[in-house]
Amino acid sequence: MNYSSILVCFKDQDKEYVGFATLPNQVHRKSVKKGFDFTLMVAGESGLGKSTLVNSLFLTDLYKDRKLLNAEERITQTVEITKHTVDIEEKGVKLKLTIVDTPGFGDAVNNTECWKSVADYIDQQFEQYFRDESGLNRKNIQDNRVHCCLYFISPFGHGLRPLDVEFMKALHEKVNIVPVLAKADTLTPSEVKKKKIKIREEIEQYGIKIYQFPDCDSDEDEEFKQQDLELKESIPFAVIGSNTVVEAKGKRVRGRLYPWGIVEVENSAHCDFVKLRNMLVRTHMQDLKDVTRETHYENYRAQCIQSMTRMVVKERNRNKLTRESGTDFPIPVVPGVSESETEKLIREKDEEVRRHTLLRKVQSQQRDKTATDSHTRKHLICTCVT
Amino acid sequence: MSHSGLGKSTLVNTLFKSQVSRRSAGWARDEKIPKTVEIKAVSHVIEEGGVKMKLTVVDTPGFGDQINNDNCWEPISKYINEQYEKFLKEEVNITRKKRIPDTRMHCCLYFISPTGHSLRQLDLEFMKRLSHSVNIIPVIAKADTMTIEERQEFKQRVRKELEMSGIEFYPQKEFDEDMEDKSDNDKIREAMPFAVVGSDKEYQVNGKRVLGRKTAWGIVEVENPNHCEFAQLRDFLIRSHLQDLKEVTHNIHYETYRAKRLNENGGLHPISSNDTQESNL
Repeated sequence: MNYSSILVCFKDQDKEYVGFATLPNQVHRKSVKKGFDFTLMVAGESGLGKSTLVNSLFLTDLYKDRKLLNAEERITQTVEITKHTVDIEEKGVKLKLTIVDTPGFGDAVNNTECWKSVADYIDQQFEQYFRDESGLNRKNIQDNRVHCCLYFISPFGHGLRPLDVEFMKALHEKVNIVPVLAKADTLTPSEVKKKKIKIREEIEQYGIKIYQFPDCDSDEDEEFKQQDLELKESIPFAVIGSNTVVEAKGKRVRGRLYPWGIVEVENSAHCDFVKLRNMLVRTHMQDLKDVTRETHYENYRAQCIQSMTRMVVKERNRNKLTRESGTDFPIPVVPGVSESETEKLIREKDEEVRRHTLLRKVQSQQRDKTATDSHTRKHLICTCVT
Repeated sequence: MSHSGLGKSTLVNTLFKSQVSRRSAGWARDEKIPKTVEIKAVSHVIEEGGVKMKLTVVDTPGFGDQINNDNCWEPISKYINEQYEKFLKEEVNITRKKRIPDTRMHCCLYFISPTGHSLRQLDLEFMKRLSHSVNIIPVIAKADTMTIEERQEFKQRVRKELEMSGIEFYPQKEFDEDMEDKSDNDKIREAMPFAVVGSDKEYQVNGKRVLGRKTAWGIVEVENPNHCEFAQLRDFLIRSHLQDLKEVTHNIHYETYRAKRLNENGGLHPISSNDTQESNL
């Protein structure tokens, strides 16, 4: 049903009908025009199939020219953050998809604090958004905040490793973490079940707050509720990725060809790929963005403002002389930006605030002036009259 | 030895067709990752065709599992040298036992994680340091993760990396005695590292009972050479080169250790069995 047909439908209806039931369609039209964006981060040790899964999820080939480093070359590498953006379109709806990758994570012999660069990156995106939001021109803010982080757990361990626990604990308050059990074709169905239970237990044991699916309303139908329950029971999603198409039972499917059989990626009896894709793209993408915006970003913002006001209060108490252009405006500190840039930013903000106060002063003066003007005029008139 | 969860215990059990590795279902599940690298040695006597063998399996839980794995190979290196030291002391003794109990490590199966990319830093570091004190046989664990092409590529890459880092795994080229040995061993070296799958469960395939892993898309047969190289590894390890492993350990690795020790103190004094000597490693 499109917009115009709805109007036609409702034209001859009851006069009591206002017509705002068409709002969802209006929103739909505007959103489709604007397009959507989504930032997905993938994290985990190398060799767990992250790139293959991303390519399978979105049916693209983001990593065409990737060169795999050998172990010697990787010795001096630190954890990098790489970003790939791709615009994909489906049935007229545009999606700007950004994939943030973390090559080098967990590869070194000593991996202490290797998640720090990841946490810093997420904070930087929040900080950027905070500054943009507080700025004067807010028309075209780019939202680079990370909406979801797929964390790949190795199927070869006995559950979570210390590195997994530390990473998730460092990031669970900054980003929606969705744990994923990688390369699940290594495991038999019973092993998958056992591992999932173990990992879920450990996640609870260590107090890791992974992304929670919203509970469905009580008025939803049974089938939906059942699906929702199944989804919650499937964490972590046991996935298999593949970029190759193989022939299975006469059909061409995405899969992996082994001498003992063919693993079909999109077969839910084989793995949870379909569940993950549906969750990520078809049902919960908006919710992921909402939680990022409402919870993680707001936490960051509150913390930021708190620490800034604390700093400003300290500054003021330290300075005996009060500065004319003392800025009350909380300025977020940019991690990793050089001193001069921060000073430049502070100066710019100072200018803005000064301009504001000046404007206000001028306006109030004008008001006073007009008030006194009218007063004197009244006075004159009065005197004239009397 | 390897990170936890790469199937070491299962493979050892499969190799020797008996429960030599302490692995009941309960044990594996409750096992917590130990904070430091431990060395667990379990000995069994197994028998086949009238031939008895005392098999000692040394496991290293905790290796490579921590966030900071610097020097996690040191406890292992120390353990290996301690065994050599024990043997040396016995040998040098005035009143020697007839058969010196041999607790030296004859072979180290190093499990490589099947990432499909390349070796990890930790793998290289470990093998570099230990390839001169013990026979290292690299093995690609859980090979049912990779398709046949991926496996071939991975093996080639691993072999190249090992060569580039100067790591000599067993059978070492320099110890080939004659042309026959050389050609046999060359064939083996080309096929290494063996990509294996272990299992202690049996399934019915084509009317036979085979060891395997049952997945939703098929059964991986452990002893089927088209599926994985377990049979090759077993033949190599047990049926053809078991004695050679022991000889190389005794004649080469042990002798190297002995020579180093003798040169250190200006010679070892023959000691009575009551004396204890601090091993300065």
